[in-house]
Amino acid sequence: MTAQQLLALAPILSLSLTVIVLMAQTSIRRNPRLAWWIAAVGLLVTLWCAEYAGGFTQQVTPLFNVDLWGLWFSALLVFAALVSLLLARDAFPAEGHRKEEFYLLLLLATLGAVVLAQACHIASLLLGMELMGIALYAMIAFPKDGSLPLEAAIKYLVLSACASAMLLFGFALVYAATGDLSYAGIGAKVGAAYGQNPVLVMAGSAMVLAGVSFKLSLAPFHMWTPDVYQGAPTTVTSFLATLSKGAMFIALTRFVIDGQLYHYPALVNALAALAMASILIGNWLALRQTQIKRLLAYSSTAHIGYLLVILISLPQLAEGSQLAPLGRAAVSYYLAAYIVTTLAALSVVHMIGGEDDTDLRAYSGLFWRHPVQAATLSVAMLSLAGIPLTAGFIAKFYVIVLSYDAQLWWLLGTLVVGSAIGIYYYLRVIFSMASAAQGASPAGDSQLGWRNPLAILLMLMVLGLGTLPQTFIDLASQF
Amino acid sequence: MAMINLVLILLVGGVIAALSERWSSNAPRWVALATIALTLGYLLSQMATMEDLQRLQASTPSDPATWLLHFKSPWIPAFGINLEMALDGISLLMVLLTLFLGAVAVSASWTDVDQHQGFFEANLLWTLAGVLGVFMAVDLLLFFVFWEVMLIPMYFMIAIWGHENRGYAAMKFFIFTQASGLLMLVATLGLVAAHREATGVFSFSYFDLLHTPMSETTAHWLMLGFFIAFVVKLPGFPFHTWLPDAHTQAPTAGSVILAGILLKTGAYGLIRFAVPLFPAAAVEFAPIALFLGVTGILYGAVLAFAQTDFKRLVAYSSVSHMGFILLGVYALNELALQGAVMQMIAHGFSTAALFMIAGALQERLHSRDMRQMGGLWQAMPRMGAVAMFFVIASLGLPGLGNFVAEFLVLLGVFQVDRWIAVIAALGLITGAVYSLMLMQRAFHGEPNPRFENLQLDDFGAREMLTMAAMIVALVALGLYPQPIFDTTQSSVLGLVEWSAQGVPQ
Repeated sequence: MTAQQLLALAPILSLSLTVIVLMAQTSIRRNPRLAWWIAAVGLLVTLWCAEYAGGFTQQVTPLFNVDLWGLWFSALLVFAALVSLLLARDAFPAEGHRKEEFYLLLLLATLGAVVLAQACHIASLLLGMELMGIALYAMIAFPKDGSLPLEAAIKYLVLSACASAMLLFGFALVYAATGDLSYAGIGAKVGAAYGQNPVLVMAGSAMVLAGVSFKLSLAPFHMWTPDVYQGAPTTVTSFLATLSKGAMFIALTRFVIDGQLYHYPALVNALAALAMASILIGNWLALRQTQIKRLLAYSSTAHIGYLLVILISLPQLAEGSQLAPLGRAAVSYYLAAYIVTTLAALSVVHMIGGEDDTDLRAYSGLFWRHPVQAATLSVAMLSLAGIPLTAGFIAKFYVIVLSYDAQLWWLLGTLVVGSAIGIYYYLRVIFSMASAAQGASPAGDSQLGWRNPLAILLMLMVLGLGTLPQTFIDLASQF
Repeated sequence: MAMINLVLILLVGGVIAALSERWSSNAPRWVALATIALTLGYLLSQMATMEDLQRLQASTPSDPATWLLHFKSPWIPAFGINLEMALDGISLLMVLLTLFLGAVAVSASWTDVDQHQGFFEANLLWTLAGVLGVFMAVDLLLFFVFWEVMLIPMYFMIAIWGHENRGYAAMKFFIFTQASGLLMLVATLGLVAAHREATGVFSFSYFDLLHTPMSETTAHWLMLGFFIAFVVKLPGFPFHTWLPDAHTQAPTAGSVILAGILLKTGAYGLIRFAVPLFPAAAVEFAPIALFLGVTGILYGAVLAFAQTDFKRLVAYSSVSHMGFILLGVYALNELALQGAVMQMIAHGFSTAALFMIAGALQERLHSRDMRQMGGLWQAMPRMGAVAMFFVIASLGLPGLGNFVAEFLVLLGVFQVDRWIAVIAALGLITGAVYSLMLMQRAFHGEPNPRFENLQLDDFGAREMLTMAAMIVALVALGLYPQPIFDTTQSSVLGLVEWSAQGVPQ
């Protein structure tokens, strides 16, 4: 391995180094504050590394394809990790000195996510996924009091392990048929392999698809999402909703694009069915939720469905349309918008507190009690609903433009219906914040110095992405 | 830049109004009034720098250079989206109406809103900013952005300061308009896609899209998308069901803005976009639109007659009056279109005033139920006289603005389809029935015994001043409407000529 290749891996290496330093520090002398700073500095250095590695893009071993797109996603994921870390700072008061482990797990999961974003091989995909998944089980179960986190962790553990097993077995079948494990290799050979051995390929890809759908909580594999969102500490929920899903979607996108899998109509049709089901079921089930974390869980199912529409429009776009580069830009933009918006929403949920009981009633009168948090949550809800001047609008705009170009009329119709349903429950959150306060406010109402700046920063990011998208489009097009 | 500034002044004024609540509870109202005055002054100062309104006579709708004002600057070049705004005669009138009724709404909120005044006035100003944007934007995406942006503060106004059933009404209002807005967005993108296919250029500019060649089916579907979005907002039959709830539950100032201005954005959208962008499809569709219009007139009138709630009655009368606008637009001739524009203005004044009276009654009686009223004239003669004036204006008494509007529409429609005009004329009779019934139930007869322990103050100086301004405006519109026609003539003529392309030879 040459020095150039090592430099290309700089983000992964710097994260690994931070993990080691943190472990060493913890074993010498326990100090949660110091540990937090080590983790924060490590993440910031990784952000810089992601930019720096841009000068050395290349294939590094068969496992990683370091390109600008992957680095851009890595930076996005590390940013999300930073926000989660900031939220974790005052979480878990009961754990006190044990908190170093949480930071360690958070860094490990981030490492897994970054590996996923740059993987171009089944081995690195599984490595990244398991690294992230196993760290997440522990993170969900981290609070020592209360049975809900434990229940959520067990649920996630059992179901996620099943999904991983399914994925693994599916890949084994595909490998048996194609004899290749790299994205590009599988993509090139699977067509011929299907001719020789249709059952093997069919069974294999169906299992892979089911496994991926589980991790992305696409309907009908979404059952675990609300319980885990609800049971997990809010810090972990925000991590799960942004990093874990984002990284998994990036991996799926890279698999589809690197392997040119969009040439296989069966796969595209399967994705279209998943997208339609997710949009309709996600929005429908969110309608009746009164717990904001469960509501966000179902809404995320719907949003991953919208994201899938972009992938589905790729084959039509690939046929020499002038909009072909738009597909990549759309994935970059939508993921950034989704991650920033979800972070904004869950940060406010975390600040308002009430870990495992986030009933909407606790938010009544928030506009008059905490105007900054209420404004941020409102902007986040409007963005998720796709109202103009927020990030979510431009994201949805991309999807509609692409589905027009690819002439996906059914998906376009589903998207319109889904968005129309979505307005109702997003608005309900805003309505309850605007209504008169009822009952006592929950425990976590105290003000901390960094809370308002963080809420304002995230709100400005959502609004900035929506009002000045060109700046972002230019930035993303460099990658 | 001038037009962007207009919107910005209102937006910034809203922020100041929200913050000014710290000083005193009256400060936001004065800030709001000052902001509206400043916006108006700024607009007039820009008008003075323009050669004069004479230029309006010579303008052609498809050439932005001949409009009063035109401004274009890139916003999202990746999609060909610009901050493009323009002002012609119709837009100018609508902007003036918006600012006038905005000031009326501030006056209506003076005693009605007793908590969070700062945030209320801010929402009011932000709604006005969105509406001004809607009336001036000629980039279709920018138009959509303003279209949505005006909804959110309006939603807050209903949801926070509304009456007993506000949550339901606010939600219904938002979902109806938002879902139809989504339809419009999809239609806009379809139009842009058709334009790109034909020319290879990504553009959302109105002036580019006017010349989009497309197949008949495409044009038909896209036109329908725009039509439904605007008719929901208008609201025309059968998409009117959100209106009575929203109007009834909104605070007085909210009702004034909703009825006076927001409904006009739907009519404006039909005139500016739905017809000119798809002339052929619009001509083909005109009989259906005329039918919907005439149904709305009669259906709204019948339902208005059946109401016991003062505000609900006025709301249904709006449905009836908006039917005339739909008729006026889709008759596609000069007379009817002039009538439609006139109706937009006159209905704005008369309905805003009626909602203010309803609000004043609710404030004093804590009820909108007309069965709880009766004989109010004796207690409040000034209010009674004012109400009489606006009820009569609303039923279309000759000499007032509403008569001119409805008469012109009927005259124009008569040239197109005589039977539609005949049936629509029945609306004038039913209008008289429900309007006079409203007057009789609320103000005439024996005073209701429950008034004895209520403090019934007559209209004070602030209310009389506001009402007087609207009375003068309606009388002026009725006696000397020519300046309005001159201002809109070239836009209207241009539109009629443009849509004439769509008439099969």
